[in-house]
Amino acid sequence: MDMNSVLTVVLVLIGAPIIGCLAAGIDRKITARLQGRVGPPILQPYYDVKKLLSKDNMIVNGSQNFYVVVYLIFIILSLLMLVFKADMLMIIFVYTVASLALIVGGMSTGSPYARAGSSREIMAILSYEPILILYALAIYLLTGTFKLSAVLDASTPILMYTPLIFIAMLFVLNIKLKKSPFDYSTSHHAHQELVKGMLTEYSGPGFATIEIAHFYEYVFLTGLIFVFWAANPLIGALIAIVAYLLVIVIDNITARVYWQWMLKLSWTFLLAISIVNIAFLYISGVKIV
Amino acid sequence: MSLAKSPWIIHVNCNSCNGCDIEVVACLTPLYDAERFGVLNIGTPKQADIMVVTGSINYKNVNVLKNIYNQIPDPKVVLAVGACASTGGIFHNCYNVIGGVDQVIPVDAYVPGCCPRPEAILDGVVAALSILENKKKGNIKGKEVPLKGNEVPSNA
Repeated sequence: MDMNSVLTVVLVLIGAPIIGCLAAGIDRKITARLQGRVGPPILQPYYDVKKLLSKDNMIVNGSQNFYVVVYLIFIILSLLMLVFKADMLMIIFVYTVASLALIVGGMSTGSPYARAGSSREIMAILSYEPILILYALAIYLLTGTFKLSAVLDASTPILMYTPLIFIAMLFVLNIKLKKSPFDYSTSHHAHQELVKGMLTEYSGPGFATIEIAHFYEYVFLTGLIFVFWAANPLIGALIAIVAYLLVIVIDNITARVYWQWMLKLSWTFLLAISIVNIAFLYISGVKIV
Repeated sequence: MSLAKSPWIIHVNCNSCNGCDIEVVACLTPLYDAERFGVLNIGTPKQADIMVVTGSINYKNVNVLKNIYNQIPDPKVVLAVGACASTGGIFHNCYNVIGGVDQVIPVDAYVPGCCPRPEAILDGVVAALSILENKKKGNIKGKEVPLKGNEVPSNA
């Protein structure tokens, strides 16, 4: 590893949570404004994490916080792989391990709310994973390799040839950010039915670690959207920001749906448009350089 | 200062008539917007800092209240909202009522009134914040309140 790579790693490790924290703060501010409230300060997520770190750590079993650390490490790893233009399939696998760690952590606590939330999160993985794989497949068909470097160094943006997969990825972004209408695994607004879903039994530093991992995850997921127009980083970043803002607006104007509804949407509509896109790429044989 | 900037509350309804609960919910609405102080109504006691209790304590719900109190990690404060939670209110002499919240768990701040206005509740939360900070500084831990089996009145 040369000096440049080390610098990039340090920059990602420090920069990503700052961007993610601001993104979460903007999310809460916009949500408040859309509801006609003043809303918390932009730095509120930072205050929350700081507070949670100073609280007592109340755990149900010894392994609970281990899964949280696994979650954080694998999220950071997938983000670093994205930054270092690694293999797209590998990134998806590493990212799935991160999601699974949180599910196993929720299941290990034995709380019925955590179990309900975890099983719903499994359903979420079941709905978005095929789309991610098809996204990777589209990259392969366009460039002849799963490596992201081919996409990021190409002069043509892949969005030109993958508009339908882009639409499907917006839904994936919505599911993965756990925003309404798909916010049922760690629900923000369903205290009565689900308490806090998968994250019910976490407290203090453990919960703070999850929040920090979420900051990295925000950057990682918007990074996946960025890849669509990586030819011009400015336009790519703009698309990623607009996609994120769109998810916040959708979060505020929709109600929570049944998990069955999401599964049906994803396995019929989203999968269909993704496959149509893949079929187009396969038949036309278009390549980008 | 870190605790005062993001107080997460858990709202416990101990047999309240719903009057105080409506006022607590009113604090979160756009008119009063408690979230501008970082206040979040959180569902699980494990992530809460301030326990907002409404209603008087009776023999049926006393163990529930103790259980929730024990599950909040330190530092924590208890805010008794309304006349019933403070003293037992109009139910204070009923055969099934133990009394105010302070009969069972230590209470840090009281918001009297039947029912208290949302401004008063917000005032109570702000007063609780400095207590929360002091508890953190002094490293004051809440004692675990033992749960009993079936609680019954002494004269039953």
